Order: sequence, then structure tokens, then C-alpha cells
Amino acid sequence: MVATPPSAGRGRLRTLVIFGIAGWSGYFVMALELLAGRITAPYFGTGIYVWGAVITVFMLALSAGYLLGGSLSTRDPRISRLGGLLILAALTALPVAWLSDPSFNWIFDHIHDPRYGSLLGTTLIFFVPTGLCGAISPYAVRLLVTRTDGSGASAGRLYFVSTFGSAAGTIVTSFYLVLKFDVNQIVVGMIVVSCVIGFAACAARKWLG
Amino acid sequence: MSESPLAMRLSRLAAIFLFFVPLAAAAQNMRVLHEERSLYRNIVVYEADSLRCLKFGRSAQDRQSCVMLKNPNQLVFEYTRMMMAMLYLNPHPGRILIIGLGGGTLPVTLAKLVPDAQIDVVEIDPAVVKVARDYFGFKTGPAMQVYEEDGRVFVKHRQREGAHYDLVVLDAFNEQYIPEHMLTREFLAEVKSILTPRGVVAANTFATSGLYDHESATYDAVFGSFYALKSKNRVILVRLGNLPDHAELEANARSLEERLRVFGTSESWLLPMFEVESGWSRKARVLTDQYSPANLLNSR
Repeated sequence: MVATPPSAGRGRLRTLVIFGIAGWSGYFVMALELLAGRITAPYFGTGIYVWGAVITVFMLALSAGYLLGGSLSTRDPRISRLGGLLILAALTALPVAWLSDPSFNWIFDHIHDPRYGSLLGTTLIFFVPTGLCGAISPYAVRLLVTRTDGSGASAGRLYFVSTFGSAAGTIVTSFYLVLKFDVNQIVVGMIVVSCVIGFAACAARKWLG
Repeated sequence: MSESPLAMRLSRLAAIFLFFVPLAAAAQNMRVLHEERSLYRNIVVYEADSLRCLKFGRSAQDRQSCVMLKNPNQLVFEYTRMMMAMLYLNPHPGRILIIGLGGGTLPVTLAKLVPDAQIDVVEIDPAVVKVARDYFGFKTGPAMQVYEEDGRVFVKHRQREGAHYDLVVLDAFNEQYIPEHMLTREFLAEVKSILTPRGVVAANTFATSGLYDHESATYDAVFGSFYALKSKNRVILVRLGNLPDHAELEANARSLEERLRVFGTSESWLLPMFEVESGWSRKARVLTDQYSPANLLNSR
């Protein structure tokens, strides 16, 4: 069944919330990816292979997330669940701030080759939150699509918003935030913002439909 | 002032012409011996004006190392001559670690000055190691080992193995790029942990830029007070336990004078440059693994 918005005004707000969540999750993923390079550097260096490991893990997590989001969207899609996905992604990013040092230390002691060390470390810490962020896009497409002939246009707009968010997350983090804040402050700040956006979507679910 | 646009344009043309002619002349007696794009940078080896130089990038300011063809002992760059002051803090280091190879000037010179020393060199770029061997007379052997890996990773491994060095030389930075994970409190603490009780650290750093205060604060946070020798670069010198007083520096300088003269540096030039660094803003934020925008700060 295709969701029908209750009124034009509410419908527009609902679309805005969906785009907001998708755009923010794009921002969150790329900011995390940049910071992943920071967090791995003390243990595995900054060689090209470390970036290779980070990018590989993020791409794999996103691809798994797309599958997950697509499959979740077939069962009773609701905007509150989209918000829930964002909250979950944010909460599973908490280990980035609290567990990356001890786990990277352990990996450093047990895996000598920095290529596989960085691959394993990045997977442990970043795979789950990144995958959950990836699940948001297809789920959001499902919520946006009202007619089959407009599905491509909806998906296109959603890709635009989420990739634009990724660009913003990349430039804002690398140009400005790292000059002001600790890595963990940026991560925790993004977790808080994600939770606020996610809870807002959940709270407004009745009204937004 | 009323200059016609045409006159302005002509004078600009003349300026451009005057600027480029000497450059073209300089380029004529520059002979490129080797050029390659490695994983990390563009590498050029060239000869000009009786110097053989290694540069990363395009302009002459990107020169990393130069040797004088007729007198290879002579240290060409001022900072390398300043770095020799590290021996005033310990004239007989038994184990030396050098992070950043470049053209191999520092390891080659140290091997001549301290022939008994066991020297480990860490260089991330295998292409640089090859160029240093092929064009700059860098030779490895039992007393000179080279490790092709990230400097921070190497230090961490050495720390876990319980290795110790009498002298650690940090020369992995240049104007274009600083590996930011090697300019943090945590990294310097790791370096400190692989020093012998009176171990020395010598670092080639920046004398002017937005990084100066932060870098000073970071060294101070880990090592306490340190010597700085300043010119275009700033050489930071640290010794665990205590910094040597002037009498000790002078005594060491005297014992090294004969040997150092060959390399173009001397007590009378180096000793007056020694000062205990104090001229930085105490409000500057210490660089850490959590906060390390060194390249952004350096460009300010």
C-alpha cells in the first residue's frame, strides 16, 4: 500500500523530514569516514592502504545497509521507523568515541600488517553505524514514493539530498570542525544531533502519518 | 598618479619578462637525472650549480636534500647544519633512530660522525629509499638499517618490543605536508618511552607559522623545557633527565669541533643559537591524537 499524506501542508512537512533525515545521515557517514582516518592513524599510519581499508569498509557497510533498508521497507514502512534507524545508527556509533582506542591497541598487538589491522579495526568500529545509515536511503525512498511513474524522480531527489549531505559533512568536518574540536567531541555532537532528529521524527509520527 | 593602461600593461610585460629570463637561464644548467611519481609524491633528482638535489614537487623550494658534488661532506642546508647541535647534548649516541630519510643527508652524516652507532632509519616511501641509494650515496648495512613503514607505527612497535635509543631524530615534515599523527602529545610520549634515561630528541620544525605556538606547547607538555635553535627552521632539542647547561654544551662542542668542521658547521655558529624556548603563547592548545589540524594551522 502506498502512503497517502493527510493534507498538502503536512505532506510537504513530511517530505521535508524524510529529506532531512536522509541528508543528515549522508553528512554523518562522510564525517565518520573522515574521522576514521584520524582515529586509525596513530595505530596504522596514514599510508594509502589505510585510506583503502577505511573506504572499503564504508562502501561494504553502505552496500549491506542498502539491502537491509530495502528489505525493511517492505514491511509496514513508517516515518517513525526511519527516525528509529537514525537513532540506532547514532547509538551504535558510540564505540567510535569510547572503544576505538582499546580495540585498536589490541589489534595493533595481534596483527602486524597495518593493512589488515586497519581493515579489521575499521570494520569493528564503523561497519554497523555506517550500514544503518546506508539503510536509511532505500527506506526513505519507499516513504517518498506515492506513484510508480514518479518513483525515479523521488529516488533522484533523495540521492541528491543524501549525497549533498555527504559533501557537506566532508567539507564542514575537514575544513572547520577539526580546527575547533576534538575528534570525540565531533562524534558525540553528531550522535546527539542524530538522536534529536530521530526522536523528532518519532514524536511527530501521528501528525505526519 | 596617472599611468595609462597601455603603459601599465607594458611595464607588467617587462616585469614578467625580467622575471622569467633568469629562470629560463637557471633551467638551462639544470639537469634532471631522475623523475618519478611514487605512492606519496613526485620525486625529482636533478643537478644544478654543482649541487645534486632531491625535490618533492615542482618548485626549488620543495628541495628535500642537496649534496655538493665536489665536497659531499659539506652540509648544504642550514637546518642540517643546525641539526648537528644534537650531538652537543650527547656526543656519543650508541643507538640512533631517524624518522624521515629524504636524500639520506642526516643518516650519512651521523654515520661518519659517530661511526660506532647503530642507526635505524624509517621512511614511508620505498621510492625515496631507492633514490637515496641510487643518487645520494646512502648505504645500508649492519650498522645502518632502513625500515619502509610509517614512523608512528614503527615507534609503537619498538615501544612494545622494549627497544631504546640514545638519540631520536624527527625529520619527517616539510612545508607542503606534515604527517599530523606525528605531531601530537601521544606520539611524542611514545618517542619518550623509547629513549634511554638521558636520551635526546632532535626535531626539525617550523620557525614561523600558526603552528609555532601549538608545537611548542606540545613539546613542553611531554618533555618540559627544551632548547630551540632558530633560523628559517627551528630545531628543537630535548634531553631526558635534564637539559645540559652551557658549560656542558661548550665542553661537548669543543670535543666535536674538529669532526664537525668537515661538514661545514662549527661551535662559534651553533652555540650562540642555543636558547631555552620560552617565546610562545601559553594559551596555545596542545596537539593531540584528538586534536591535530597541523597542516591547517601551518598554513596560517
